Amino acid sequence: MTETFYDVLRRQGISRRSFLKFCSLTAASLGLGPEFVPTMANALETKPRTPVLWLHGLECTCCSEAFIRSAHPLASDVILSMISLDYDDTIMAAAGHQAEAIVDEIIEKYKGNYILACEGNPPLNEDGMYCIIAGKPYLDQLKKAASNCKAIISWGSCASWGCVQAARPNPTQAVPIHKVIRDKPIIKVPGCPPIPEVMTAVITYIATFEKLPELDRQGRPKMFYSQRIHDKCYRRPHFDAGQFVEQWDDDSARKGYCLYKMGCKGPTTYNACSTTRWYGGVSFPIQSGHGCIGCSEDGFWDNGSFYNRLTNINQFGVEANADQIGLATAGVVGAAVAAHAAVSAIKRAREKGGNE
Amino acid sequence: MAIQTPNGFNLDTSGKRVVVDPLTRIEGHMRCEVNIDKDNFIRNAVSTGTMWRGLEVILKGRDPRDAWAFTQRICGVCTGTHALTSVRAVEDALDIKIPENANSIRNIMQLSLQIHDHLVHFYHLHALDWVNPVTALKADPKATSELQKQVSPSHPKSSPGYFRDVQNRLKRFIESGQLGPFKNGYWDNPAYLLPPEANLMATTHYLEALDFQSQIMKTRVIFGGKDPHPNWIVGGVPCAINVDGVGAVGAINMERLNYVSSIIDQTTEFIEKVYIPDIIAIGGFYKGWLYGGGLSGKSVLAYGDIPENANDFSASNLLFPQGAVINGNLKEVHPIDFRDPEQIQEFVPHSWYKYPDEKKGLHPWDGITEPNYVLGPNAKGTKTNIEELDEGGKYSWIKAPRWKGHAMEVGPLARYVVGYAAGHKEITEQINFTLKALDVPVEALFSTLGRTAARALEAQRSCYLQRHFMDKLIANIKAGDSSTANVDKWEPESWPAEAKGVGFTEAPRGALAHWIKIKDTKIDNYQCVVPTTWNGSPRDNEGNIGAFEASLMNTKVERPEEPVEILRTIHSFDPCLACSTHVMSEDGRELARVKVR
Repeated sequence: MTETFYDVLRRQGISRRSFLKFCSLTAASLGLGPEFVPTMANALETKPRTPVLWLHGLECTCCSEAFIRSAHPLASDVILSMISLDYDDTIMAAAGHQAEAIVDEIIEKYKGNYILACEGNPPLNEDGMYCIIAGKPYLDQLKKAASNCKAIISWGSCASWGCVQAARPNPTQAVPIHKVIRDKPIIKVPGCPPIPEVMTAVITYIATFEKLPELDRQGRPKMFYSQRIHDKCYRRPHFDAGQFVEQWDDDSARKGYCLYKMGCKGPTTYNACSTTRWYGGVSFPIQSGHGCIGCSEDGFWDNGSFYNRLTNINQFGVEANADQIGLATAGVVGAAVAAHAAVSAIKRAREKGGNE
Repeated sequence: MAIQTPNGFNLDTSGKRVVVDPLTRIEGHMRCEVNIDKDNFIRNAVSTGTMWRGLEVILKGRDPRDAWAFTQRICGVCTGTHALTSVRAVEDALDIKIPENANSIRNIMQLSLQIHDHLVHFYHLHALDWVNPVTALKADPKATSELQKQVSPSHPKSSPGYFRDVQNRLKRFIESGQLGPFKNGYWDNPAYLLPPEANLMATTHYLEALDFQSQIMKTRVIFGGKDPHPNWIVGGVPCAINVDGVGAVGAINMERLNYVSSIIDQTTEFIEKVYIPDIIAIGGFYKGWLYGGGLSGKSVLAYGDIPENANDFSASNLLFPQGAVINGNLKEVHPIDFRDPEQIQEFVPHSWYKYPDEKKGLHPWDGITEPNYVLGPNAKGTKTNIEELDEGGKYSWIKAPRWKGHAMEVGPLARYVVGYAAGHKEITEQINFTLKALDVPVEALFSTLGRTAARALEAQRSCYLQRHFMDKLIANIKAGDSSTANVDKWEPESWPAEAKGVGFTEAPRGALAHWIKIKDTKIDNYQCVVPTTWNGSPRDNEGNIGAFEASLMNTKVERPEEPVEILRTIHSFDPCLACSTHVMSEDGRELARVKVR
């Protein structure tokens, strides 16, 4: 008998009461009302594990590394109890033709009912032979595995957008998954890597509710990617007050002021870092003193230096005294809103241009 | 046909050819082909890097202060070590000195990576080559508990009930028929030598380590904001220190320092109570299986790392040893010069790249790389459906780096051999302790098992060094120094028109260096020579075989159709193929645009 998620919790000495509490917290964190709690509890108590084929193209494996760092649920519980990770060349015991046989077996046995998780992306140049699996282009393996899957999860910025190997001039002609697989639902979970708990939450959501999460226009789960890092940043009051770090390790850096002038891309980056943070809330890039580099955004490698300010707006100067800061605030907020609007408009135009 | 290589191996290609592709449980993509004689001994080995991303051409023309972020994405497993190498290369080129606190914080982060990487490598990438989780079902939980208490008396999780619970969980998992990562393993292969109780103990620790490992990287989340891929800056570290003023809650304060300190303690405890005892215990059952030495007893290379004092990269200031041992002569450790064009060179006669003159090697500052994907005349299959490669022609996306013409092994064992040869006190003590515990002679070090053991010993030593740098950081703050960054040369206007530099680290997998040329404030050339390029190297002009290939030679395989022994030895290097196969052309010349499907 397959061990369900509920069994795992019970085995760990967790009471039913706590289990239901976990369900309500998870439901709340996914933006769901209390009416979903029984559904979630029922699913976690009874369902067998969904087969997952996790393929690796051109990538750096940071997504897998992020996944195993999830604090809740733990990766061991996901792998042993929530899904059946039948193919993942990074951790699987089998190799060579015994490994490849698994792809065929899962396609045959679970037609239309397995999830294809993609980490990395396929190169198109050199007939795809910049990434070789079993003597053939990775693209062949990808297309075969995609042909009968229920849905695709594009892990990270490689699979979602192209990421570093697709940065100019993209020598291997690496392309994101949605450019080569067009007939399957694709959930993009961008980030380099994505937040570990966001990755496990997306998997849990699908396993629990037996449906795919609601996506935004770019194909990302709305629940984690609909707000800018800047909007929920704990340093935001310093932005509004015109208090900025001017150089590394200056007095303002030690006081935790806003990193906008150091090139922070929080104002144009849609991700959950400033809310969920990393490793169960330990920190996130801005908290640790470096600006956001925008790693979950399409084409973030080609938007100029990470230390360039987003826009050259001069009216953000730090004021001489508290009274003047107070007076300046209204103007600063107005300018900030205008800057956001302008940046968003440029981004929209750029994305349109890139999606021809 | 038999051939003797200049580095002392007799290759015979007459036996049955066995192909392993994909070679799993590594970072990236790799293929391996071997010839096995009638007595099931490997008599020829061919290792192939099967991916290429071209990161260095992508770096051309960019801001050198951004290079760490790009190069960090070379690898998400050894995440951070490329970034650290990169900021060191830029700091070397521009003569930037970093504060002592930044050096301590960088060392703590780099050591976290060593420990994490080694632990995850052993339990999650390597253990299934030694441990059979399926026979763990036959174990007696009480006897397993006895074994655990004997192996690691102070490990708190050792009761018969605990092991019974894990066994039940495993039983349900296996009986479900959904075997997940264990599916199609080689579980009835006689190459697995552990008794059921040791298998249950080790499988239990596979799960314990999986649950624990993320703790280790919290140090990097605190100092670098996230992990994998924390943030770094040229000139120091981005996290400011403020232990008593206004805004301390937004900086590295007492709570953050305590947090890091507690992580270091927990990490040390796990390594000492679980990892080290498991290595000794599992090693005890396999000490008769001493295949896999390859180049480790002949030629090893270590760049050194973990500077005691900031900005001093001389061998005497590095706590990880630096030097080269050649021809098996442990009496002499040769110094390394990264700038000498005759020392480190890369060759491509058997790599899928083109040089104007392929008889010559090129120093990284002058390196060129132009992809040239062609199969040798005796390859079987087609260009997009390779059945067998021809190692007489080009056969890998990895170049062949050589140190003064020698193929070298790099990595934890290479570091420990260099440290041992140099008479390094702590390293020698650790090696002697382990040899004594296993009751094996020093020659046993030069083996697959030795490589796996050296990695564990290094994780343990890294824990002590983390504590050392944590104490140093606190002492320095106490003495009134809170500085974490030097911004004198942050602005590109302060840079010379042209500069070149080199940065190096010891990545978990071995010696890593980046060479940078800066022109008019932009990157003019960027080259990385990485650990798996050394270890996974194909043949060179002289016919020398690389470390992976050498290590497989003359190994007995129990069942040629089940590659357990090949996996075991190749995994002992902890291969990282995304690292090894990204090299790109110096001049950034437009690559042949091959047809796009």
